[in-house]
Amino acid sequence: MGKKLVTVKVNGRTVEKAVEPRQLLVHFLREECSLTGAHIGCETSHCGACTVDIDGKSVKSCTHLAVQCEGSEVLTVEGLAQGGVLHAVQEGFYKEHGLQCGFCTPGMLMRAYRFLQENPNPTEDEVRAGMSGNLCRCTGYQNIVKAVLYAAAKLQATAKEAA
Amino acid sequence: MIPPGFDYHAPRSVAEAIGLLGSLPDAKLLAGGHSLLPMMKLRFAQPAHLIDLNRIDALRGIREEGATVVIGAMTVENDLIASPLLQAKVPLLPEAAKQIADPQVRNRGTIGGDIAHGDPGNDHPALMLALDATFTLEGPKGKRQVAADGFFHGTYMTALAEDEILTEIRIPACAPRTGHAYAKLKRKTGDWATAAAAVVLRMDGGKVSHVRIALTNLAPAALRAAEAEAALLGQPLSDAAIAAAATKAVAACDPAEDLRGDREYKLAMAGQMVQRALRQAAARCQ
Repeated sequence: MGKKLVTVKVNGRTVEKAVEPRQLLVHFLREECSLTGAHIGCETSHCGACTVDIDGKSVKSCTHLAVQCEGSEVLTVEGLAQGGVLHAVQEGFYKEHGLQCGFCTPGMLMRAYRFLQENPNPTEDEVRAGMSGNLCRCTGYQNIVKAVLYAAAKLQATAKEAA
Repeated sequence: MIPPGFDYHAPRSVAEAIGLLGSLPDAKLLAGGHSLLPMMKLRFAQPAHLIDLNRIDALRGIREEGATVVIGAMTVENDLIASPLLQAKVPLLPEAAKQIADPQVRNRGTIGGDIAHGDPGNDHPALMLALDATFTLEGPKGKRQVAADGFFHGTYMTALAEDEILTEIRIPACAPRTGHAYAKLKRKTGDWATAAAAVVLRMDGGKVSHVRIALTNLAPAALRAAEAEAALLGQPLSDAAIAAAATKAVAACDPAEDLRGDREYKLAMAGQMVQRALRQAAARCQ
């Protein structure tokens, strides 16, 4: 049951820590890295409040061991804004009132961030299916769909400007 | 939520993993971890060692070997969905994989893990029966091939021996104009089936020339409805023939009662799913 040394890049910063193999990634992020944006809403891998981006994929960090992240790049909600400027998904959730209590929001944002790279111009149905691994108790999802579509439009406009 | 302590191993080759599996007491293979870790977090399973297969590149990927599509056991569900090769040669698989779990789970959960778990609620076992898949199992004595039909022995029990690793899934490429369908009744997106039916179908001169019908979560293990298939073979696919096949399929079921429903409901839904899957598959044979 010895600890294992893990080197992982979290939000661009290299973190090196000795971890117990049984430590879940969500606990590693929250307790070892003090990144408490990712939340825990269940113990059956349904709610997605713990969603982070690992090596370019959305993953529920409650169902992934920290020790498995050796050499990985992890992005959490704390790493979304650049230079104090909100990412389009953060702006979309704010503008479209896509959050109330805010407990699901970090996971929703991390999923939306990756989903819009997988599908930059989604339909409403595709947004609902693409976000189906994330539960919300407050919003009824309607405004979250609007928020994701807002972010999609903003990201496309930004991409067009850059081209 | 808190799993018990264990030692962690991350072999880089199948041979190394087989060596560890043979030498470590009470070890479990860690694939996507989306069935094993949930069970450990609830302390249903308390292995002393986890052997992580995620760093063995040879276990991933989808390739063609002649008329066979070969899928590495550690290929994740979303990679099945995105595979142009599967979309062209085994379209049932990417389509059905969209009905498994949710996007995050599909980034970790693997086809091999879904099969090896042996949960009657999982979708791949019935899909493998419908697709006439064969599994490559590797152990200390070498490789062996085991057909999906006969692999699933009971709830969480398969033909996989304790010292073996499921390394690849081999599926015959579907002939042109093969119809397919996976009709899954579920309470919500991401849930396991209340009842589901996988169908692969070919027609020749208006008559059924090939048919496979397999059922999910309607017995202690995934089930091939051989009598329903036999009743259809060589027959035109009339409404009466579809209804009769569904009745035969239902007769083979032995569902467990739980929050998804009692036996009566699940048996009725089994019949409905078989009928829907047959009709959808037939429409795609043209």
